[in-house]
Amino acid sequence: MSLLRVNDLKTYFDTDAGLVKAVDGVSFSVEQGETLGIVGESGCGKSVLSLSVMGLLSEPSGFVAGGDILFEDTDLLRLSESSMCSVRGNRISMIFQEPMTSLNPVMTVGEQIMEPLIVHRGMTQRAAFGETVEMLKRVRIAEPAQRMREYPHQLSGGMRQRVMIAMGLVCSPSLLIADEPTTALDVTVQAQILRLMNELKSVTGSSIIFITHDLGVIAQMAERVMVMYAGRAVENRDVGPLFKEPLHPYTRGLLRSIPLFCEKQDRLSTIPGVVPSPLKKIDGCKFHSRCGYAFDRCRSEEPPLFRLGAPGKNASVRCWLHENGKRDFTEGRR
Amino acid sequence: MTENGNNNDSGVTGNLWYEAWLRFRRNRLAMLGFFMIAALLGVAVFAPRLAPYDPFKQLLWTEGIKAKLAAPSPDHWMGTDAYGRDIMSRVIHGSRLSLQIGLLATVVSLLIGVPLGAMAGYFGGWVDDLISWFINVIFAFPFMLFVLAIVAVLNNPSMIVVFTAIGLVSWVSIARVTRAQFMSLREREYVEAAKAIGLPTWTILFKHILPNTLAPVIVQATLGIGSIILTEAGLAFLGFGAQPPAPSWGLMISDGQQYLATGQWWWALFPGMAIMYTVLAFNFLGDGLRDALDVRLKR
Repeated sequence: MSLLRVNDLKTYFDTDAGLVKAVDGVSFSVEQGETLGIVGESGCGKSVLSLSVMGLLSEPSGFVAGGDILFEDTDLLRLSESSMCSVRGNRISMIFQEPMTSLNPVMTVGEQIMEPLIVHRGMTQRAAFGETVEMLKRVRIAEPAQRMREYPHQLSGGMRQRVMIAMGLVCSPSLLIADEPTTALDVTVQAQILRLMNELKSVTGSSIIFITHDLGVIAQMAERVMVMYAGRAVENRDVGPLFKEPLHPYTRGLLRSIPLFCEKQDRLSTIPGVVPSPLKKIDGCKFHSRCGYAFDRCRSEEPPLFRLGAPGKNASVRCWLHENGKRDFTEGRR
Repeated sequence: MTENGNNNDSGVTGNLWYEAWLRFRRNRLAMLGFFMIAALLGVAVFAPRLAPYDPFKQLLWTEGIKAKLAAPSPDHWMGTDAYGRDIMSRVIHGSRLSLQIGLLATVVSLLIGVPLGAMAGYFGGWVDDLISWFINVIFAFPFMLFVLAIVAVLNNPSMIVVFTAIGLVSWVSIARVTRAQFMSLREREYVEAAKAIGLPTWTILFKHILPNTLAPVIVQATLGIGSIILTEAGLAFLGFGAQPPAPSWGLMISDGQQYLATGQWWWALFPGMAIMYTVLAFNFLGDGLRDALDVRLKR
């Protein structure tokens, strides 16, 4: 049984300009102890996806229009707000992108980490304090008891992200959603934080959904990857095969736009164009206007997710090139 | 910033209020306001000891001199009124009434304004529409007229009615400030993070957001005290506030103003100066607090 199974999730935003289909029929699952990476450009719906799972969409404009989210066999979409509160921070927690602004400036670090323990576990201040000191040691913060009395502005960015991780993991959730947790940090700190997350994961056995636009980070963290484009999943693969042989033209483009250090490159390759406005109705494949392999069918008919390989193996791609398992990247090159 | 780096530019202490105090101390006008208010509080607390005479006693003769409408002299520094009462003693005792009304009315307006403003700003939608409509209705009336109407309806100008009436009208500016703060803060990531750890809405509202709004609310409240004291004096002047023979500054001006033209300026002037002193002191303090508490802008 999967820990989390999302089926055909549709999250829409009702805006003045029209209906924005931020997440449009996405399905995936996360197994116990697994790390799923979700990759895509800004605006592809990856953050909205995670907020939908947490039930934190900004209502009333954002709403789930269809699908279900099964977490340990309970449909989170059917839970009341108060039951959802006891899931958040307790069984599913989330780490945000900006460690600089995700901590409350007028509360001490300790108070903030202790809060989930007091709310979800009914711990006393004293017990929560002890537990929090332990947690801070686990995220490698020196002098934890001293740090707990400090305010967020006294900590560096890396320290704050450690604090956020401690806050997310303090109740030992079975699922941690990390939304670009290292984007705002410089690379050396990023490496430390990623290593720390991997270590903690192997100790606690939590599953992680790791959202990022950085494929390098994905390679380091994830076991499986879902590539998203314009609110849809375009490729679901294990991480090894994905990097070895990306199937969707979009994934290929993403991989090619990583600078290579072993070869001399004059110019970094990019994917032409930009992500289409979510308000615009696109016929056919949503990527066709930026795709070098597009042919007539791509412009008129949207491809379904084609399953690849043996049944039960969780690999799929949304591209006409791979209908019937065909992998032809030579024809139709623009 | 390095991993072990520390961007704490304030030295060892981490206490936000202490840092604000350090900034406050560097501001001369703010410190002036602070000491002016401290002195005023001292006067109010020790009024019976400081006042040279009983504020209600109608003196007839002081050492052989007629004591009614006597001009300022070494015996009566601020002179006496038409009833032979020592004006300085009455001004000193009047500080108690003014400060009490100022503080109590502010408490009333905070108790109403903060929760309503918080709900309007945080929930938005129809809650905000309703509360904002209410705020605008009250704002549309002249402030004084509204207070007068409430006192007139209750038909009982006791102190409790006066400060409640002022509080019932002056909460709107507190509510506006609080609403604006909550509106901008509800989108902050730490609020999102607080939701993500499963905190109930009320905890988020009052434990996570409210402390972040305190600075502007405190500033607004402090600046408000001055105008509340002015309103109280105005009410008394019009006969709707403190009633004779209470030593109220507003009442003293009201009684004394008819003597201004005939040369007995001291009856109305000294209570007027007391009002000016108090309002000015609270404004200095409020401005200073605004600069000192503005943590995020300074960094």
